[in-house]
Amino acid sequence: MKVTSPTFPENARKALRDETLQRALKNVEIGFIGKRQAAADALPEFEALRDLGRDIKTHTLGRLDVYLEEYEKQVTATGGHVHWAETGEDACELVREICRSVGARTLTKGKSMISEEMQLNAFLEKDGLEVTETDLGEYIVQLRGEHPSHIIAPAVHVTKEQVEADFRSKHKGLDPLRNLDAPESLLGEARQILREKYFAADVGITGANFLVAETGSSVIVTNEGNGDLTQTLARVHIVLASIEKVIPTLNDLDVFLRLLARSATGQEQSVYTTLSTGPRRDEDPDGPEQYHVILLDNGRSKMLGTEFEDMLRCIRCGACINHCPVYHAVGGHAYGWVYPGPMGSVLTPSLVGIDKTGHLPNASTLCGRCESVCPMRIPLPKMLRHWRERDFARHLPTNPQRLGLKGWAFLASRPKLYHSVMRPGMKLMKYLAPMTGLMKRLPAASGWTRHREFPAPEGETFQQLWAKAQDKGGKQQGKAR
Amino acid sequence: MMARKDKTAARSAILGRISQSIASMPGHEDRTRARQEALERLAQKERGIVPRRAQVGRYEQVAMFMDYAERAASSTERVSSYDAVPGAIAAYLRGRNLPQKIRMGSDARLAAIRWDQEPQLDYTVGASDGSDPVGVSHAFGAVAETGTAIFTSGTDNPTTLNFLPETQIIIVNADDIAGDYESVQDNLRDFNGRAVMPRAVNFITGPSRSGDIEQTLLLGAHGPRDVHVIVVG
Repeated sequence: MKVTSPTFPENARKALRDETLQRALKNVEIGFIGKRQAAADALPEFEALRDLGRDIKTHTLGRLDVYLEEYEKQVTATGGHVHWAETGEDACELVREICRSVGARTLTKGKSMISEEMQLNAFLEKDGLEVTETDLGEYIVQLRGEHPSHIIAPAVHVTKEQVEADFRSKHKGLDPLRNLDAPESLLGEARQILREKYFAADVGITGANFLVAETGSSVIVTNEGNGDLTQTLARVHIVLASIEKVIPTLNDLDVFLRLLARSATGQEQSVYTTLSTGPRRDEDPDGPEQYHVILLDNGRSKMLGTEFEDMLRCIRCGACINHCPVYHAVGGHAYGWVYPGPMGSVLTPSLVGIDKTGHLPNASTLCGRCESVCPMRIPLPKMLRHWRERDFARHLPTNPQRLGLKGWAFLASRPKLYHSVMRPGMKLMKYLAPMTGLMKRLPAASGWTRHREFPAPEGETFQQLWAKAQDKGGKQQGKAR
Repeated sequence: MMARKDKTAARSAILGRISQSIASMPGHEDRTRARQEALERLAQKERGIVPRRAQVGRYEQVAMFMDYAERAASSTERVSSYDAVPGAIAAYLRGRNLPQKIRMGSDARLAAIRWDQEPQLDYTVGASDGSDPVGVSHAFGAVAETGTAIFTSGTDNPTTLNFLPETQIIIVNADDIAGDYESVQDNLRDFNGRAVMPRAVNFITGPSRSGDIEQTLLLGAHGPRDVHVIVVG
């Protein structure tokens, strides 16, 4: 996927002016926040489960190579195949190779964010293969020629009217006068069309929420059932998973299952959780004949042992996105790559480089809501600050911002000089501000003052006011002079 | 073959990088110990935190299972024995104006039922090809904690019956209802504690749904629109 993160400011401005998008985005706040809170409140052990989930992930990441090898052993023992891919393109090649080996022409695909990283659909279509997304949101996004704008609600930026228009223009051969007013009729039409696709598909591709090392199972968690039809009805099932998805045991899986749905949609449990282990057995009446797992690195192994390692604990629930005021305002596409919101602003620079994505860690108010709801307790604001530091360091030689800050540092680290500048400065500002309207357009902060006025200084510095207050209270005087 | 060699190369490159990165982390220098710790965790299969709400008596667990299943938009009923199942199914289908036609797997518990008590109820056995309006599956176990029924693939209860019919009827033996997922999973383990996994294990909590159109919840996305749970015993 082409990275448009370098133009985040323009993307965001465009998004803010897009009335349809703004209407659609309201559903994020309404649809997710209250439900998550209610589900968390209804389970007294929720906070303790978050601690435990974090600890299991940390343990696993510290032994990731061992768990991956054990996982591979189990997959192989149950008749499946494990393939390793260093980059997205390598993973695409592996998928193509498998498709060719079975003479595949059509594919169905369940939801997989790493397939977006790989740009898999474009790659396969270039090769003449037909790929159909089966998750309703992904299907809508595919019809529109777009990319998902949210990791668990891919079409959250689309309104019902837009879906209707897309269905009318793309679903040829259906009665043009059919009534599609109700969302139920849109769902029904998609269901009917996708049903045929499941049966026709040679290869079914799914992602994985977890890989269980103990049993060699891949796990998908869904509400629609599309992932299950995708992997059950095709002749060949290919699982796409990134290396950090592996967890040790089935009992560990249960810890994550208690956190994932509650954090994501506020459900006690998602409708379908499926553990897939190997291909169809001799006596089985259904299921795929071949079972392949492609393990994708794509930059993740390099995050281990760095200050961004904690990000590898992410289970992709989307809670940080659902609670992010910046996401609420601009939506997912403005972020310019696969992963939006706080988790994206940390992960994207790690995977595609900070040189292209320097705006992302700055597209945050650091309000901390993301960290407060993250089931894996990932310190997202802290990592955003790490990226800001790195981005800043990169711009050291030329950035005028840096000169300004240097001047400020010179002043602030010399208290006597600082106070002798600030005291007359504040006095002057008190009288100048109302006359010149200076506070309405601060020269270095126009981005801020465009939308609000800076309060005019009161004529004294904080330190002066503090010293006065201390005197009045008869307490020991502060050190400021 | 060239391609073959490349694949091995990718594997060792990735594992090598991981191992190197980990060894640079403070406290992780001893990689032999790390390996032992991982293997130990895999052998011990320690249970995590199990919610207390489902650690109650058997009677309460059955009631809790049915309660949470209904919260997830399933309908439920309880019958005293397997022989009451055909009547319950026939009544449910009549109430919904559905054809008296079901498809199910070859599960011995279902096969032993005297279906001829309901002569109008037409039943066939086997996996689904998508043309069956109603599928009947016997659960491997069920979990009170969230109203979840758990199925294992195979001829007894083919996976396609869980997803293709518009209406899914789930038969659960009351004795198979446990408080938590861990207890049901334990029943997959052999005498050595090793989990013997069928091709697919399905945890199912309610009918299929989607919120992808303006985050409005709609039932019957790709799987069943209606799920009816019959608890036996």
